[in-house]
Amino acid sequence: MFNGMTQDKRKTASQQGWILIFTCWLIAMAALFGSLFFSEVMGLKPCVLCWWQRIFIYPLAVLFLVGMFPLDRSVVRYTLPLAVIGLGFAIYHYLLYSGYIPESLQPCSEDLSCTKINLELMGFVTIPMLSIFSYSAIIALLLIFRKRFYP
Amino acid sequence: MKKNIIVVATAILFVVLFVAAATLYNNKKNSDLSSASLEKIDSMQRDYSPKMGPLDAKVTIVEFFDPACGTCSVFYPFVKKLMNENPGRVNLVLRYLPLHQNSDVIVSIFEAARLQNRFWETLELAYKTRDAWIEHHVARPEKFWVQLGVLDLNMQQLEADMQSTEIARRIKQDIQDAQYLKVSKTPGFFVNGKPLVHFGSQQLQQLVESEITENY
Repeated sequence: MFNGMTQDKRKTASQQGWILIFTCWLIAMAALFGSLFFSEVMGLKPCVLCWWQRIFIYPLAVLFLVGMFPLDRSVVRYTLPLAVIGLGFAIYHYLLYSGYIPESLQPCSEDLSCTKINLELMGFVTIPMLSIFSYSAIIALLLIFRKRFYP
Repeated sequence: MKKNIIVVATAILFVVLFVAAATLYNNKKNSDLSSASLEKIDSMQRDYSPKMGPLDAKVTIVEFFDPACGTCSVFYPFVKKLMNENPGRVNLVLRYLPLHQNSDVIVSIFEAARLQNRFWETLELAYKTRDAWIEHHVARPEKFWVQLGVLDLNMQQLEADMQSTEIARRIKQDIQDAQYLKVSKTPGFFVNGKPLVHFGSQQLQQLVESEITENY
């Protein structure tokens, strides 16, 4: 794979690749601590869909960490599927939130509605939006990682 | 290795930031809560609210409760103990905050029993028989109904009174006041209008004692 590369170039490539995975880990950690802040400190109860999104982001905080020491080229193989499924839930949640999917289709219990907007940061940033952003950023970084460094 | 240090430092930073933000947030919330409830003293108790203990006591505990709430049932004897330990100085005002499903029906049974002067007995019976009429956090009024036999109530009258619009109005008003006072969990305590910020029996006792020292 590295045929033709000098040792220096190889080192730089691995360095840049490491930074990409490190950034993914930062995003996953921010999502982990952020979501815990919303539920445990601010007391916003997570609805069913929030739980599904948590299920797919929390392991990423651990997997990226493992994949960084030493840098694992195949880290994309086992982290990308989680991120893609998580993004699916995030998009579904966002569509529910913004009313594109009718309320009758929502899988949440009455007392803890997934369509009730609990929090709007700076007037427009909602929790599903943060979730979509985190998952998309992770997916993008992983794709770059695979394409640029380990095709 | 340098990368090790970066990652460990970042992880520590996350934890420190989380704890700092949580502390800041809680402090701000607590100060907001204290000032808010002092401004809103009018909605602290209503003339219809059930009261226990001497009316001229200078320390008043206001408790927002839910009959199906386990912690409320544990706190009830504790609050009574606080009143007994300070005879004549502390009284209790109850407010309804039926958060569990069907809890409001149990509350209307209390209110209907109140018309037959059996409010406190009914409340104590409800706490005592919790396991018999609460299933998976849902109140089953029909199962509480059969427990009422021991109280010698006029059941027909009780059933009729439960439907009264006045009772429904009171429950609605209490829930509204709870929202206004930012009480979202039960039991929610205020002592002379001051909220119990850090929940716990020890903390409640301290708050009551400090109000006693201040007023007597």
